[in-house]
Amino acid sequence: MEDAKKLEEFQAKIDADIKIEPKDWMPEKYRQNLVRQISQHAHSEIIGMQPEGNWLTRAPSLRSKKILMAKIQDEAGHGLYLYCAAETLGVSREQFLKWLHEGAAKYSSVFNYPTLTWADIGAIGWLVDGAAIVNQVSLQGTSYGPYSRAMVKICKEESFHQRQGYEIIADLSKGTEEQKQMAQDALNRWWWPSIMMFGPHDGDSAHSNQSLKWKIKRESNDELRQRYVDKTIHQGEILGLTFPDENLKLNEQTGHYDISPIDWDEFWNVVKGNGPGNRIRLAHHIKAHDDGAWVREAAIAYRNKMNAKSKIA
Amino acid sequence: MSEDNQGDLWEVFIQPKPGRPHKHAGSLHAYDKEMAMKSARDLYTRRQEGVGIWIVKAEEIISSQPDDSESFFDPANDKIYRHPTFYKLPEGAKHI
Ligand SMILES: [Fe+2]
Ligand SMILES: [Fe+2]
Repeated sequence: MEDAKKLEEFQAKIDADIKIEPKDWMPEKYRQNLVRQISQHAHSEIIGMQPEGNWLTRAPSLRSKKILMAKIQDEAGHGLYLYCAAETLGVSREQFLKWLHEGAAKYSSVFNYPTLTWADIGAIGWLVDGAAIVNQVSLQGTSYGPYSRAMVKICKEESFHQRQGYEIIADLSKGTEEQKQMAQDALNRWWWPSIMMFGPHDGDSAHSNQSLKWKIKRESNDELRQRYVDKTIHQGEILGLTFPDENLKLNEQTGHYDISPIDWDEFWNVVKGNGPGNRIRLAHHIKAHDDGAWVREAAIAYRNKMNAKSKIA
Repeated sequence: MSEDNQGDLWEVFIQPKPGRPHKHAGSLHAYDKEMAMKSARDLYTRRQEGVGIWIVKAEEIISSQPDDSESFFDPANDKIYRHPTFYKLPEGAKHI
C-alpha cells in the first residue's frame, strides 16, 4: 500500500522532470536498472582505453601522440565520473570491478574489435565516439541527478574526441593511394560495429520501455541510431569515402537514411564473449588490477599510519 | 560485499574564477589528502576549469534529509515579508 503511493509520487516527479537524488525514495527496479546501465557505461569508458592505447607508442607524430594521450586520459576521467555516480546507488567500486571481472557486468561490445592500423584510431574517434556522443547528449536529460551531471561533464569533453578522429581520417583520405585505402578499410570495419552500439531494435530490447517511462533513457535505441546515421553519412561522403552498405539510401519520404538489416547474430555473438577481443580485453583489465594490488595495500597502510600519527600529536 | 580497498570517497569543489564561489564538481576516491588533491586536479581541471580547489571527505558532509525536507524548510513559507516584492511603494518612488 505504502509502496503504491510512493510509486505514484515517484512517477509524478519523473513526469514533472524533477531529478531523483541518491537519498530520495526510488523503486528497487529503478535502482537496479541504473546500477546496471551506469556501471556498464563506466566499464565501457575504461575498457575503451585499450584499443586506443595499442597505438600510443606508434602514433605517427609527436602532435598525434599528445592528442591521443589526452583523449585516453579523458576516457579514464569519464570512467571515474561514472563509477562515482553509480556508487551513489549503494554499490561499492570494488563490487563493480568484481562483477566486471566475473563477466556479470558488460561493457560496450565495440571495444572488442582490434585496432589494426593507425586509421582505426581515426575511425574510433569519428565513429565510435561519434555514436557515443549521440547517446550521451540524450542522456544529459536522464532522470537520475548524479548520472545526468556526469553526462553534462562528459559531453563537454567529447566533441574534441570526435574531431581528432575525423581529422585523422580526413588527412589519410587526402593522402597517397595507400593511405586512402587505409581510411576506407577502417570505415569498412568500424561502420557496422558503431551502428550496433545503440543496441537491439526497440521491440527486442529487454529494458527499453520501463527505462523510457522512468526517463533513465530519453530516446529509444532506434531513434538515436537513426540520428547517428543521418549526421555521419555526409561526413564520410565529403572525404570521398563510401559506406559498406549497398542499401544505404536517403529516403525521400522520411528524410532519413535507410540502411540494410543489422546482422544481429554478429552482435549477440560479440556480446556473449566471442568477439575477436573479448578475452584479451578482460584479461588485460584483470592483470592491471591484480598488478596494482600492492599499490592499494601500500596506500592503505600509509593512510592508517598517518591517521595513527595525527591521533598521537 | 567484499571489504572495500578502493580508498575513501571525497567531494570536490572548484572555484572557476577569482572572486567566484566554489561549486561542486564531482567526487573521487583517494587514500589521503595529498592524493585527493592531485587526483582532483587531474580529474576536474584538465581544461582550466578552475583557479581553486576545495576537497572534503564525503563522510564529513552534513546534509539535510529529503524525507523531512518539507517540514524542515516550511518555516520560510509564511514569511513573504522577507522579499522586496512584499512592499507597497508610493507612486513615483525611484531607485529603491
Ligand atoms: Fe568517453
Ligand atoms: Fe570519448
